[in-house]
Amino acid sequence: MQFRTDRQRATGLGAAKEGVGHWWNQRVTAVALAVLVLLFIWPLGSALGEDYDEVLETYRNPFNAIVAILMFATAFYHLKLGLQVVIEDYVHGKAMRTALLLANTLLCAFFGIAGVFAVVKIALGA
Amino acid sequence: MAEFSLPKNSRVLVGKTWPKPADAKNVRAFKIYRWNPDTGENPRIDTYYLDMDACGPMVLDALIKIKNEIDPTLTFRRSCREGICGSCAMNIDGINTLACIYGLDEVKGDVKIYPLPHMPVVKDLIPDLTHFYAQHASIMPWLETKTNRPAQEWRQSIEDRKKLDGLYECVMCASCSTSCPSYWWNGDRYLGPAALLHAYRWIIDSRDEATGERLDDLEDPFKLYRCHTIMNCAKTCPKGLNPAKAIAEIKKLMVERRA
Repeated sequence: MQFRTDRQRATGLGAAKEGVGHWWNQRVTAVALAVLVLLFIWPLGSALGEDYDEVLETYRNPFNAIVAILMFATAFYHLKLGLQVVIEDYVHGKAMRTALLLANTLLCAFFGIAGVFAVVKIALGA
Repeated sequence: MAEFSLPKNSRVLVGKTWPKPADAKNVRAFKIYRWNPDTGENPRIDTYYLDMDACGPMVLDALIKIKNEIDPTLTFRRSCREGICGSCAMNIDGINTLACIYGLDEVKGDVKIYPLPHMPVVKDLIPDLTHFYAQHASIMPWLETKTNRPAQEWRQSIEDRKKLDGLYECVMCASCSTSCPSYWWNGDRYLGPAALLHAYRWIIDSRDEATGERLDDLEDPFKLYRCHTIMNCAKTCPKGLNPAKAIAEIKKLMVERRA
């Protein structure tokens, strides 16, 4: 370790030649969410307090269903990208970092897909 | 996890208070970080008092006066005393800046002076900048060309030369990089604002022919993308430069070349 040169330490393993995709996707999803959140909250707000069938009816509307599906998919993808950065920034133990990054990816995928599935189920009247 | 408290042997203790100058009317206190690797003691804050009627206007003037007249063991880097060499960068009143161009009138109350944050300390106000310099070297801070060398010179239009303004003035004092939380937590891999500003200075240089390779070498989640636009770098830069903007421009070029 002590015989490595300063330059060798600075170069490390070299550039990963990726990262721009992550950065760009985070911005694209942020822009998408700015619109989607508004479109999502509108029917959600009006459905709040209604009885069960009314709520189902709200999400059988194709537009509301599509917005909700996009919202769940985009939000959880955006969440995954953001949390990944936080973990990479602050968690330095290799084992802990790997475990948290893995948990982040899998949990965000699970909750995102669960949300999409729920809306699809309602929308298709199953 | 990131460490938010100092290890036991790094806790800063209260140090020596030096006597006030005799029959001085305009006295000011200087609280200065001291650490000597040879004693094995914790770092401490020494308090010095200076007669401001017999002291120059800049923080560096005060430090030199302390070293000359009170305590010759006080250790700091300085050279040009006019903001062009970048040697005397330190944390003054909570801001990373150059002691030689930071006026004592800009500080309210006691003058608190620490070494640049989150770097290994060599002694007193001297940080170890080895890794910082190696990172600068790793971005190849020189003109890279493939075309045969022209008979006279590499020509550059006035407009293209203007693109280097706000970049070439960097004196590598490390104030920006050591003010950056991303550099604090991941400075081993993140290049930091200073090195990235220099990288952009060569990327945007119309004469350089290694633009693509330079971008390739930066495209990395850690080397470049640890910058989260916190902007401490731009706020602290004693030369008034904006490394955050240079980094944003690099990110834009990364997107531009794939779309």
